[in-house]
Amino acid sequence: MKIAIPVDDKSLESNVCPSFGRAPYFLFYNMITKESYYLDNSAIASQGGAGIKAAQVIADHGVKVLLTPRCGENAEVVLSKSEVLIYKTIPGTVQQNIDALASEELVLLSDFHKGFHGHEK
Amino acid sequence: MDMKSKGIKIAILSGKGGTGKTLVSVNLASVADKAVYIDCDVEEPNGHLFFEPEDVEYADVTVKMPEIDYSLCSGCRKCVDFCRFNALAFIGEKPMIFEDVCHPCGGCAFVCSEKAILEADRIIGEIQKGVSDTVTVYTGFLYTGEESGVPIIKKLLESRNDEDLLKIIDCPPGSNCVVMESIKDADYCVLVAEPTVFGVHNLNMVYELVQLFNKPYGVVLNKCLEGENPSEKFCSEHNIPILGRIPFDSELGRLNSNGAIVSRGSQEFKDLFSSLLQKVIEEVQHEPAVNP
Repeated sequence: MKIAIPVDDKSLESNVCPSFGRAPYFLFYNMITKESYYLDNSAIASQGGAGIKAAQVIADHGVKVLLTPRCGENAEVVLSKSEVLIYKTIPGTVQQNIDALASEELVLLSDFHKGFHGHEK
Repeated sequence: MDMKSKGIKIAILSGKGGTGKTLVSVNLASVADKAVYIDCDVEEPNGHLFFEPEDVEYADVTVKMPEIDYSLCSGCRKCVDFCRFNALAFIGEKPMIFEDVCHPCGGCAFVCSEKAILEADRIIGEIQKGVSDTVTVYTGFLYTGEESGVPIIKKLLESRNDEDLLKIIDCPPGSNCVVMESIKDADYCVLVAEPTVFGVHNLNMVYELVQLFNKPYGVVLNKCLEGENPSEKFCSEHNIPILGRIPFDSELGRLNSNGAIVSRGSQEFKDLFSSLLQKVIEEVQHEPAVNP
């Protein structure tokens, strides 16, 4: 099963990025083979719709589960229609979150924020 | 004055709300023999509250929103890849439109080889036109929740059969897209400034904007008190012409906050705004043509 996580650095010891759509990189990780690769987030400099574009990348890479601290409404629509489950991350490193998912300690993300639409604070 | 002011477009702007744009705009329009007042502050237009125009006519403002005919869509994804606003996602081999992110540019319909994207009118606001004594009043209203007032401002400033009348354009606050759209065709920009340090910061924003647009400009100092005026100091440091001063006057404040047009009720204020208008028109005459 392939999962994805927005990350601050290209390392399993990195922190999870607090933003989904504006994260610098995405980690793609296979829970069975433990293979991983990173992708620069092409949505990071978007004027708007960064969440939609980022979610599109996640869906296009055949991801089944996204781990993220937060996620916007539009990205949620793209992800849920693409049958990607969204789990809320816990404080800690990327590796700790992968372990938490494996031991079923993470819960599904349930609150999705409104878009900033150019009013990002 | 009437002949000289023929067809001049004067934009009134400031870096923030509450400096007195509408006070200046409404009164400049009122003291002219005949004028057109155009409220481009479409998110919160309030000039009409002063003018209380009669014989009001309404017109919808629409934008073209894309609509997908899924029976024609081949799922080629060209539209999704084209959209620079990320307003389209590709889900289950079909595109999906996010209307709140769409900047209706028409690009997706343009690149669609199957002609599966149609453009349907969506109403985003309205324009009201009415008459208040010698002033024709145009007001733009952007409906709540709509993204951009630019299409409404474009329509407000379209050429009409009132070409030879003086036009006063009451701009939105700030220096962003909607303000740029409002001053684009103006012959002269009047910057309204408050006598505070914060006021100087806001004045500087619009000062930079009018320079960028290569517009002739001058400043009206509002809420003037005894003592030092930081905005006046800024003007003298930057050689910005001061067109006039409006006192920080409790009677003016009271009348204005009750929705009265002060120049219609008092000779003193009528004189103040008449000489301001006269000054602006003289400034315009001295400027070479600015609109190519």
